[in-house]
Amino acid sequence: MATNAAAAVSRGAVLGRAGGGLARGIAVGYLSLIVLVPLAALVWSSRSQGLHTFWQEVTKPEASSALKLTVVVSLLVAAFNALTGTAIAWVLVRDSFPGKGIVNAVIDLPFALPTVVAGLVLLELYGPSSPFGVDVAFQRTGLVLALLFVTLPFVVRSVQPVLLELDREMEEAAESLGAGRLAVFRRIVFPNLLPAILSGVALAFARAVGEFGSVVLISGNIPFKTEVSSVYIAGQIESGNPAGAAAVSVLLLLISLAVLLAIGAFRHWRTRHDR
Amino acid sequence: MTAKYALRFGALGYLALLLLLPVGLVFYRTFEHGFHPAWAAVTNPEAQHALWLTLIIAAIAVPANTLFGVVLAIALVRHRFPGRGLVNAIVDLPLALSPVVVGLSLYLLYGTGGWLGGLAGHGIKILFALPGMTLATIFVSLPFVVREVVPVLREIGTDQEQAAETLGAAPFTTFWRITLPAIRWAVGYGVVLTTARAIGEFGAVSIVSGRIEGKTETLPLYVQSQFEGFNTTGAFAACVVLALIALATVLVMRIFRPKEEAA
Repeated sequence: MATNAAAAVSRGAVLGRAGGGLARGIAVGYLSLIVLVPLAALVWSSRSQGLHTFWQEVTKPEASSALKLTVVVSLLVAAFNALTGTAIAWVLVRDSFPGKGIVNAVIDLPFALPTVVAGLVLLELYGPSSPFGVDVAFQRTGLVLALLFVTLPFVVRSVQPVLLELDREMEEAAESLGAGRLAVFRRIVFPNLLPAILSGVALAFARAVGEFGSVVLISGNIPFKTEVSSVYIAGQIESGNPAGAAAVSVLLLLISLAVLLAIGAFRHWRTRHDR
Repeated sequence: MTAKYALRFGALGYLALLLLLPVGLVFYRTFEHGFHPAWAAVTNPEAQHALWLTLIIAAIAVPANTLFGVVLAIALVRHRFPGRGLVNAIVDLPLALSPVVVGLSLYLLYGTGGWLGGLAGHGIKILFALPGMTLATIFVSLPFVVREVVPVLREIGTDQEQAAETLGAAPFTTFWRITLPAIRWAVGYGVVLTTARAIGEFGAVSIVSGRIEGKTETLPLYVQSQFEGFNTTGAFAACVVLALIALATVLVMRIFRPKEEAA
């Protein structure tokens, strides 16, 4: 019996190892085919005409102005999300009111709604035919509004689970020692939420930098005013300058990679805090 | 007390102004002249073709990403291999990358002069056709199943799998009878997210499709072309169809994620 079991274990281990090799091979192959080879083609084609051309394309006035606008507006939107996202998560966890379940579900709507639909519905309410009499179409305000819409869930969904698990005893202890509500939030709650807020902000920033569908209708894509990098790239492809599109794309790719690295660091920080 | 109410109504007001009112208004505008114009707008052949194309692409992309997503998650959690950290980072990349960059990458790879541009000469049309649009959709919706399954796999550990193996179960049997039942909710949640993203994808598909009306136009692309062609009824009606799919998605997401309901 014992030898039988031992044989079974070793056979299982051998098969498991073979299965592992297969799973790994399939996984790496699929990722390469779908993600890596296209991105390699992008980087290769941006470099094929030399670094000089790359630099020329990136520093063209229209390209660099779009890039600057993209980064500044995305930073702004991400920072604003830190505030509103934390407030919404707080209300969803610590407050209770009728209809809270529905509000909680609605937070996911920007994840589920196609971006072009998001752009169109915002344009309808805040555009030329707005019942409120405001018109943000073809303006930077419109751009900000579209980005706020699509990035809304990131900070909320990142902070909410941490807030749920946060031990209330610490806050109660601080309060019983005479700390005011603001002091409790600043000294106890906020430091515990910070890694989650930062990861949410980083994801929102990455999303805002790359966003296309929701801004394409509402911003009007006016060069030097409302044209962001993703729209600039699409324009360059249409006007037959794939080299220019590829150069700016490589910069966006680098920003995405940097954001992912930052998120990895925040995650590491959070788990270290846990221990 | 006042701080509590200020926070509550501030948060709810923000959500109403940013999410609910805009979406509600488009529903209202679509049906303000009755149900029939809206119905006619979504049942015209061009809109129907766009809807079908969208569904066909999703029907290929979602199963592919589900199957490979589970395999990827198992490889990432259960196996140690060189380059694992890199694979982990690449899986997240589509979440942080502009869809336009994804579209351009495929455009450069399969276009004239691209590494695989020669395929078109052999009658294999990737760009401006269904295969390219499907590849773009698979790219952008790749992370969802993996990201949902990985934490669950980590949490359940390997005790039961090892027990099954000790009792002589083949790896596939172990997967089918032990691992899969444990991760099925996470897979379900990932499938819902993948489907929503696949149906709504705009930027990447817009670039590789060439936007040939009545041929390579998905429903989100149709929304834009109708709106820019001043057919707002058509654009709004298609929007409502997509918004209804999104609302259904959100509902199903609630069902698959019961943990946070405890809040």
